Amino acid sequence: MVKKVFGRPKYLKDAPFHYCPGCGHSIIHRLVAEVLEELDIGDITIGVPPAGCAVLAYDYFDVDMGEAPHGRGAAVATGIKRTLPDRIVFSYQGDGDIAAIGTAETIHAANRGENITVIFVNNGCYGMTGGQMAPTTLLGQASTTTPGGRNAARDAAPIDLSEMLAIAHGSVYIERTAVTSPKTIRGTKRAIAKAFKTQMANRGFSLVEILSPCPVNWKMSPVDAVKWIDSAMTKTFPLKVIKDEVGKL
Amino acid sequence: MDKRIVSARAVPRALLSVLILQLRFIVDKKVLMRGSHVIGEAAARAGCRFYAGYPITPQNELTEYMAESMDRLGDGTFIQAESELAAVNMIIGASMSGARAMTSSSSPGISLKQEGISFLAAQELPAVIVNTMRGGPGLGNIAPSQGDYFQATRGGGHGDYRTIVLAPASGQELADLTRTAFEYADSYRTPVLILGDGMMGQMMEPVVFPDPVDIHKLAPKPWILDGARGKRPSRIIRSLLLNPSTEEERNWKLMRKYEMISREITRAESYMTSDAHMVVVAYGTAARIAKGAVKRVREMGLKVGLLRPVTLWPFPEHNLKELSRYVKDFLVFEMSMGQMVEDVKISIEGRSDVHFYGRPGGIISTPDEVAKIINTIYHRRHLEED
Repeated sequence: MVKKVFGRPKYLKDAPFHYCPGCGHSIIHRLVAEVLEELDIGDITIGVPPAGCAVLAYDYFDVDMGEAPHGRGAAVATGIKRTLPDRIVFSYQGDGDIAAIGTAETIHAANRGENITVIFVNNGCYGMTGGQMAPTTLLGQASTTTPGGRNAARDAAPIDLSEMLAIAHGSVYIERTAVTSPKTIRGTKRAIAKAFKTQMANRGFSLVEILSPCPVNWKMSPVDAVKWIDSAMTKTFPLKVIKDEVGKL
Repeated sequence: MDKRIVSARAVPRALLSVLILQLRFIVDKKVLMRGSHVIGEAAARAGCRFYAGYPITPQNELTEYMAESMDRLGDGTFIQAESELAAVNMIIGASMSGARAMTSSSSPGISLKQEGISFLAAQELPAVIVNTMRGGPGLGNIAPSQGDYFQATRGGGHGDYRTIVLAPASGQELADLTRTAFEYADSYRTPVLILGDGMMGQMMEPVVFPDPVDIHKLAPKPWILDGARGKRPSRIIRSLLLNPSTEEERNWKLMRKYEMISREITRAESYMTSDAHMVVVAYGTAARIAKGAVKRVREMGLKVGLLRPVTLWPFPEHNLKELSRYVKDFLVFEMSMGQMVEDVKISIEGRSDVHFYGRPGGIISTPDEVAKIINTIYHRRHLEED
C-alpha cells in the first residue's frame, strides 16, 4: 500500500506560483499554509495580501483573502479582526509595504495590541517594481535607485522596523528568521506557528520578519542570494527573537 | 410701563409655552440635536457597528458621539485611528467582514481618504463616509464651505468610478439620509458620501429619528470574508486585475451598476418651480439660504423657484431638463467659486441662461444678498424682453 508522505498543504490552491526562480515567497506561502493546517485554523482564517510581489497571494492561499491598499495591511486586518474577533486574521507584507508606506499603520496596530499576525517578508528591495531601494536595503547595496550603493548620507541607513515594533506597548511576539537553509526554514515555520498560536490565545500583536532572497533584483544566482543573506543581511538584521512576552504556548 | 420688563402675567405664559413645546417634543419623539450628533445617532440606529475616525474640526462632535454610542451599544467598535488613511482602511476591513461601517472627516481629511474610497468602489464594498466641508484649498479654515463638490462628485480618488453623494439640508434630513446612506451602500455595494458642511454639523434643529434596525435582521451578505469554515469555497476581495480585458469587464460592470443607481435614486426637491420664470439651484446649507431668498422675492411678486438636488451624484439632470422647457434663467448659488454650476450647464445644454453666484472661503451669504442677485438677473431679463 502506498502511503502519502508529502503533498500540497490543504490551504494552498493547486496553482503554479508566479514568483521568480529562487524567490522566498513560495517557501513562506507553503510554511504559512502548513501552519494553518496543523493548527486547524485555515477554515476560520482571513488573510490580507499587500501591494507588491505577494499581491497575488490570494491566487495561492485557499482561505478567504481581502486585498489591502499599499501599506495598509495592518489597518485592514484591524477592521476585520475587530468585526470578527473569533476568526484568525493575518496580513502578509513586504518590506516596502510595511516599513515605508505602511509604517504608521503597522506601528499603531502593534501599539494598540491588535490581536493579528503579520508575516513580514524582508528581501531588501522593492521587488515587483523592479528592484528600487527599500527601507531595508543594506548600506552599500546597489539597487536601481542607489546605483552606486546605498549611502547613509544620501539615502539614509536601513530601518529596523521589527525592533521599533518591539518598543510598542501592545506587541507581544516578534521574531526575525530566514529561509536560507532547511534549519532556518524549520525555524521560520516554528516562529509562524508561534505567532498564530499567540493570536489564538488572544495575546496581542505578533509578527514574524523573514529574510528572503530576491536573486533577480539582487542580480545574483539563487545560491549566492541565499549565501548573501547569511553573510551580509543578517549583520544588519540579526536572526533572533526580538520580543517574546507570551512564552510557551 | 417699560415693555422690556416682563409682566408678572407673562412669566407663567412663557413657561407654559416652553412646557407645551417640550410636551410636543415628547409626543412626537422630537429631540433637539446638533447636526453632527444627528448623523451619529442615525448611524447607530441604521446598524452602524464600526466607526474609525481622526480628529478634525468642524466635525469632532461626530467622532466623539460615535465613541460614546459604539460603547453604549456594546457590540460596536470605535477606533480613533492614527490617520485618515488608517481610518478608511479599517473601514475597508470591517466592510469586508460584513459590518455596517462609517468614517467621517472634513475636507483635508477627506482628501487623505480618497485612496480608500477608490478601493471601496473597486472592491464593491459598502461604506458610509461623511464630509463636513470646511474652507479650502489646503488647510483653508474651519468655516462652512462647499468647495469639495468636484472631489465628491467626480470620484475624488483615482480610476473609473462614481460615489453616491447625498446632500442633506436640515437636521431631519441628516437623520433620514444617514439611514438611506447605509441602505444604498449595502444594496449597491458601493461607498456613499454624505456631503454636509460646518453649518449643517453645528446647527441644532428638532429631529425625529427612525426606529433602530435590528442588525441581525439585515439582508445577509453572501460575499463577505468570514472564514470558509469548510462549508464553501474560499473567497477573494480584490481590486488588482492585471489582465486588461478582465479590468475592462470590471469597469463595465461598475458602469452598469452606476447606470442602475442613476435610474433608481436620483432625487431633488422642487420649491415653487411650476410657474417660475427663474429657478435658483442650490444644495445643502446654500439651499436653505436660497429658499429664504426665493420667499423674499416671491413676496415682491417675482416668479422664482428653487431646485435643490438631494443626490449630487447621481445629479438630477432630468429635473433641470424639464425645467429648462419654460425657465429662462437659472441661478446656481454655491458656497464656492462655482462647481455644481458645471453640472447644471451640462443638464441644461444651452437651452436657458445659467448664472452663478457664490461666496467661497467660509463666507455665508444672507438671503437678502442672494435676493438682490435674483432681482438683478430677473429684471434684466424683463428689460430685455420689454
